[in-house]
Amino acid sequence: MIIVDEAFCKGCRICTEFCPTDVLVDSETINKKGYYPPVVAKQGECHGCRLCELLCPEFAIFIVNE
Amino acid sequence: MSIRDLSDPEYFDEVAEANAEERSMDGLRPTYGTVDPLSGLMDPAESVSSRPEHHRLLKYLRREILPTTFCTGCGGGTVLNTFTNAIDEMRIDPKEMVCVTGIGCSSWIPSPYFLCDTLHTTHGRAIAFACGVKVMKPDMKVIIIAGDGDLAGIGGNHLIHAARRNIDITVFLVNNFIYGMTGGQVSPTTPFGIRTTTTPYANVEHPMRIADLVAAAGGSYVARWTTFHAFQLMESMQYAIRKKGFSFIEVMSQCPVSFGKSAGMKDPVSNLKYLRDNSIHVDGTKGMSEEELEGKFVVGRLVERNQ
Repeated sequence: MIIVDEAFCKGCRICTEFCPTDVLVDSETINKKGYYPPVVAKQGECHGCRLCELLCPEFAIFIVNE
Repeated sequence: MSIRDLSDPEYFDEVAEANAEERSMDGLRPTYGTVDPLSGLMDPAESVSSRPEHHRLLKYLRREILPTTFCTGCGGGTVLNTFTNAIDEMRIDPKEMVCVTGIGCSSWIPSPYFLCDTLHTTHGRAIAFACGVKVMKPDMKVIIIAGDGDLAGIGGNHLIHAARRNIDITVFLVNNFIYGMTGGQVSPTTPFGIRTTTTPYANVEHPMRIADLVAAAGGSYVARWTTFHAFQLMESMQYAIRKKGFSFIEVMSQCPVSFGKSAGMKDPVSNLKYLRDNSIHVDGTKGMSEEELEGKFVVGRLVERNQ
C-alpha cells in the first residue's frame, strides 16, 4: 500500500512521472506549504516496485506491506 | 492582491500577526527558532508520533529538522534516500560510522540529516579530515559525501592522492555539474556549451571525468551511476562500503534550480530524464569512439582491483 506523507512533499512530480504503472497522479488540492502532492489513483495496480520510494528526495512516499 | 504602501505602519503589524498565526499552526514545520538549540535535541519521536504512519527509515535521520532544506526535486535528497536504504539493508550500526563532508549543497546530505557522527569541514578538505579520522579510528567506517566543486574542484589534489595511497575510505561524489549553493558558477564538471553565471557566453571547456581520474589514480573500486539508477546505486553503495581500500562512486545528480535554469531544464522531471537518456552502461561502450561518447555518462562499475 502506498502512503504519501503530504507534510514532507515538495511537489517535484518525480514519483508521478516515473511510476511504471501510473498508479500516482497529481493532486488538485495543495498541501500546507502550497505544493501539489501526489495522490494514489489506482491503489490495487501497484506492483510494489519501490521506485517512487527510492527516487523521492524527501522521504514523503513509501510502501508498507499489508 | 493589491500592492500595499510599505510606509504604512499598520502593514508591518499585520505581517507580524500573520506570521505569528502561521507559526502556531501545527507541529509539522521545522523547529528552527522555536526550540532553544542549546537545550539539546528535542525528542525525535515526538514530532512524528502524531501521524499514523511514517517512513520506516526516519529512525536513521535527524527528524527534528525534516523536511530537508533541499530545493524541490534536488538529487541530493535521492542520494540521501538511497544511502539510508543501503545502510538499512547492510544492518550497519550508525554508531560505527563517521560521515565527513565539505561545503556545498551535497555536503548537506549527511551532515545535518543523517543521524551518525558527522564532521562538516572546510571547503574541499573533506578527504584530508577523513584520513585523520581513519588513522585515529581504524575500526570505524569513514564515508565521505560531498559535491563535485568540493572534491574535484577545490579539493582535487586530496582526491587524487587519497586514491593513490589507497586509504580505506568510501567516497560518494555527488556531481550536479555546477556550484549550486553559491548561485550557479561554472565547475570543473560543467558540460561543454552550457551557460552559467560565470560563463554567460557558454562554457568553452570540456568537463572533467572524475571517476576515470580516480580509476587512473589507483582507486580500489570506482563506479559511476546517476540518481535515476536508484537500485543500482544502492547496491553499488553497499559494495563500496564493504570494499577494503579506496572506493569511489560518482553520482550524477539533477540540479533543477542552478544547473537546470541555465541548461533549459527547470523541471526536476526533465532534468532526471536528461540523466536517464544520456547514460550508457559501460558494458555497451566497447568499440565506441570518443566522439560517440561525447556528452554521455558511462555508468556502471568502471574499475575493481584488489591491491
